[in-house]
Amino acid sequence: MKPAAFDYARPDNVDEALALLAERGAGARICAGGQSLGAMMNMRLATPDILIDIAGLRELKSIAVVDGAIEVGAAVTQDELLRWPELANRQPLLARMLPWIGHYQTRQRGTVCGSLAHADPSSELPLALALLPGEVVLRSQRGRRVLDAAVFQTGMMTTAAAADEMIIAARFPLARTGTASAFQEVAQRHGDFAIVAAAAVGDKSGVRLGVGGVADVPGVIDLSWPLSDDALNDFAWALGGVDDQHATARYRRHLVRRIGKRVIEEVGDALS
Amino acid sequence: MRYLEAGKRHSVTFSLNGRAVEGEAEPRLLLSDFLRQTLGASGTHVGCEHGSCGACTVRIDGKAVRSCLLYAVQVEGRAVTTVEGLAGADGLNPLQAAMRKHHGLQCGFCTPGILMSLSQLYDEEPEADEARIRDVLSGHICRCTGYHGIVQAALDVFGRN
Repeated sequence: MKPAAFDYARPDNVDEALALLAERGAGARICAGGQSLGAMMNMRLATPDILIDIAGLRELKSIAVVDGAIEVGAAVTQDELLRWPELANRQPLLARMLPWIGHYQTRQRGTVCGSLAHADPSSELPLALALLPGEVVLRSQRGRRVLDAAVFQTGMMTTAAAADEMIIAARFPLARTGTASAFQEVAQRHGDFAIVAAAAVGDKSGVRLGVGGVADVPGVIDLSWPLSDDALNDFAWALGGVDDQHATARYRRHLVRRIGKRVIEEVGDALS
Repeated sequence: MRYLEAGKRHSVTFSLNGRAVEGEAEPRLLLSDFLRQTLGASGTHVGCEHGSCGACTVRIDGKAVRSCLLYAVQVEGRAVTTVEGLAGADGLNPLQAAMRKHHGLQCGFCTPGILMSLSQLYDEEPEADEARIRDVLSGHICRCTGYHGIVQAALDVFGRN
């Protein structure tokens, strides 16, 4: 349970980090909070040649409202976003979901963008990004690009980021007036990986349901009012969950129907 | 830019429980191992070594975090507090004393980490209620007490305000 040897670099700015990434390529990993990567390295599931620590970069520490979205810099911890005074007003769904990420102790190191980069299909932030939907801002020495959530997360713990690119920010759209949202999660213990997580956001014209923990990437479906149990059941099957050590595929479909319905009904109740 | 090569030992200096400490560490050396083995501060315990159990929790600049998910070289210049830093000249601090009074520990393996989390919570939210205390404790695994005594100990101290 000790990591393999690696070079450790603490660049003074993003440009230095990008230069190292360009030079060292696939052997390099960006480390912000290290709450997922560190565990992977301790288990030798990840063995980077060099760790580029960006946790201290001031230019990545900001939370700001930019062009209708909350832009969260890559060094902002989950706890810092949770404590951002405007969060509950600007995007109440995120305020509901963040306390479910890991624990008090890991949220104080783990970053918002790091969780997106890790792209665990059962984690909350990729689900929020897929549902709202948000965007990821990537930079390399070649330039800057902004990817939609659905383009960014390509599979289980895989993303569209190239070896020389790093996330510099994530963008979560502000909640619009006249919308409501809800979130529920089932895990073996609070703070454990979700067996199924369901989030919904809707308005008078319809509701969008997002589900994590079942497929390789968060699944999203747009539904119309009134809620159709058949549509929800079809979605539960379409996610294609499989049996694993935590739960059976059948139990996951059950949870998608149950907590999926609950979050949709909560949105409906809030709108009425 | 600070660049530390793999396989070589690098000087690390930080504050441990208010005193300056110094040692040498390869980049891959976990903070938990540096505390216990290099500095001999064995109050911090090591359980799962992947961030799940909470036994190794210490405070870095006041924040309770896992020392098995940090490298010693990352705390250069920081203020680290461990369980050795809690008791004052007059003995156990109130949280420690309450843990003893309410049987908040049996084997004691998880206790140092739990005390570090509760000490941050107490510093920042001395009015925290049972639900909040339990939420913070969810980041720790205790196999002896069923958590009841730990929660009672915390409530005893937090409830005094």
